[in-house]
Amino acid sequence: MWEYSDKVKEHFFNPKNAGVLATANAVGEVGALACGDALTLMLHIDPVTEIILEARFQAYGCGSAIASSSALTELVIGKTVAQASAIGSRDIADFLGGLPPEKGHCAVMGSEALQSALADFRGERRAFEFEEGALVCRCHGVDEKAIEQAIRAHQLTSVEQVTARTTAGSGCTTCYERIEDILVRVTAEALRAKEEARVAAEAAARGRQAPAPAAPGTVTLLSSRPRPAPAQPRPESPRPARAAAESSPLTPTSPLPPPSAGMTNLKKIRLIEETIEDLRVYLRKDGGDCELIDVDGSNVLVSLTGACVGCQMASVTVSGIQERLIAKLGIPMRVIPVGRNAHGL
Amino acid sequence: MTAIYLDNNATTRTDPAVVEAMLPYFTDHFGNASSAHSFGASVGEAVKAARQKLQALLGAAHDHEIIYTSGGTESDNAAILAALEAMPERNEIVTSKVEHPAILTLCEHLEKTGRAKVHFIGVDRLGQLDIESYRAALSDKVAIVSLMWANNETGTIFPIEGLAELAKQHGALFHTDAVQAAGKTPIALKDSPIDMLSLSGHKLHGPKGIGALYVKKGVRFKPLIRGGHQERARRGGTENVPAIIGLGKAAELALQHMAEEQGRVKDLRDRLETAVVQRVPNCIVNGDRNDRLPNTANIAFEYVESEAILLHLDRAGVAASSGSACTSGSMEPSHVLKAMAVPEAALHGAVRFSFSRDNAASDVDRVIEALPPIVEKLREMSPFWADAEKKTNPVLA
Repeated sequence: MWEYSDKVKEHFFNPKNAGVLATANAVGEVGALACGDALTLMLHIDPVTEIILEARFQAYGCGSAIASSSALTELVIGKTVAQASAIGSRDIADFLGGLPPEKGHCAVMGSEALQSALADFRGERRAFEFEEGALVCRCHGVDEKAIEQAIRAHQLTSVEQVTARTTAGSGCTTCYERIEDILVRVTAEALRAKEEARVAAEAAARGRQAPAPAAPGTVTLLSSRPRPAPAQPRPESPRPARAAAESSPLTPTSPLPPPSAGMTNLKKIRLIEETIEDLRVYLRKDGGDCELIDVDGSNVLVSLTGACVGCQMASVTVSGIQERLIAKLGIPMRVIPVGRNAHGL
Repeated sequence: MTAIYLDNNATTRTDPAVVEAMLPYFTDHFGNASSAHSFGASVGEAVKAARQKLQALLGAAHDHEIIYTSGGTESDNAAILAALEAMPERNEIVTSKVEHPAILTLCEHLEKTGRAKVHFIGVDRLGQLDIESYRAALSDKVAIVSLMWANNETGTIFPIEGLAELAKQHGALFHTDAVQAAGKTPIALKDSPIDMLSLSGHKLHGPKGIGALYVKKGVRFKPLIRGGHQERARRGGTENVPAIIGLGKAAELALQHMAEEQGRVKDLRDRLETAVVQRVPNCIVNGDRNDRLPNTANIAFEYVESEAILLHLDRAGVAASSGSACTSGSMEPSHVLKAMAVPEAALHGAVRFSFSRDNAASDVDRVIEALPPIVEKLREMSPFWADAEKKTNPVLA
């Protein structure tokens, strides 16, 4: 169970500089009881030379949290404030001869406490929000927030891309499904935001003479079509009939993306539907399924269900669908997996 | 100094008598139980004899109600998936928030993939099921109710027959994960409303990699693993004969030692618990002390983190655990203690001591001696302890 180095064990069983430092003039506090980890770092810094004369700590947490805190005090004593501010979590982990992958956050806590104490010395207030989001990848200490940010900033669409950007999921891989869930949610949110912005822009462009464009039945079958709320049961009727019924071709339309390669949007959607319908036969054989959720320009939103969910091969499935669509339609298309609850985009 | 093992809810030492019973089935009686020739026939009989020993431990009506599996997790998975498949007109599952991951992870997956709607019923401060929520969740849409007989972390025992009775009123199947209960507390399935029950060999001094699923005669069952006609076509795959023989022997021994479990083992646990609570301030005993496995003590120490305690205990030659071995090593506090609303200060500081018939009185003495200074040392280091101590001890304030 415990894969601690001898150095970690040494600092855990016989921690250096544990206790309260009465002469402290710089204090950094991170963590909380609720997190299961907390550290108070107390430094006595010479105000003239800015040399750290003494360092002590109080820690609440697991073996490596206590060892990291002890190591931190050893690392900073004798250093100047400038030198100490360059110490990061990596240095703490290295000093201890490495930490088990799932314990990397203990060293992070140490470096945060240090930065907080140094900020305190400089008279700044530096509040660290320790463990802002729920930890997703324990091996590399990547939380939900960091993954969300990476997905938004780089428009990531697969778990592999998230791993490449954030390192999340490259260790034990048990968080694969959770990353997939975040991916689905963030993608859905981003598309919804884009949609809302577009509708708003259209409304503004139409000015005062036209009513709000989002009223049911006034828009075409493309992405501005109203969709059922997520909680509503999914209609059983086949998609082509539904798409045709819900669209009202006589209504004046908003500016649509130009029909690709001389294809009408209607034809394009029908082709996409046919292609996906054909592929579903194969997916169902493996206990999975795929459903067309929406088409937004060249983006095809699909929902993978059944055995596809959580399947390590899901991204292969997605690229397979994409290839088939491109071959069939002869235009570039991007297949984006979204969650089942994404009907309400 | 030999190390003391107090983590018997994680796994137990295989009884030497079990190993002895198993050995001939590797090299002497190596035949396939399904074979018609003499090599197979004698093995087939031994497999049947082992089944009868399990039948006796469980108080089941028929030996053929017992299906051998690879362990508790397979049994749990098989039970739930069989119920969903056998009752396609029902797609809801009722379970609790404190189940073992073998149930919880599967149910979460079934819910996420849209294959079932799952009701996760909460528990009270003692870990007992919220009966009102349970009643409310039951309906004719529920295919299966799966509730554990005894909790692996706290030892709390659910009133399982009564809970099963309620499920039957709605026509739902009732499964219980009795992995921790089997061998520690009496079980009588004949004439009970329980349809299915999971148990595991290595939790009752049997070998690892073998378990059983009890399926009451007449209950519609669909196999999880399809293959040959083994186990009356309810579980494909050549029987793991040596392990089956070992499981049978373990069941026989468990039945013989039941009184000891409820007597001597319980006394060891109680003595440890009483002494620790007396000697260490600010600790909480988790679980229902009136209805609990005789071998399990779950004690939470406020303002210290359990892994730190366990590391020190390990060095002192005492092996204990912070909960289920499946979740230890992770930073998440125990889902069981969270569901029980254990206060924040104690949530991360729980240590589980689980005894077995292998433990002696001297083991308890060792823990009582080692534990108080460990907790004291860690508390001195904790940034929260000084304030907390002042609150609880007015003399210091």
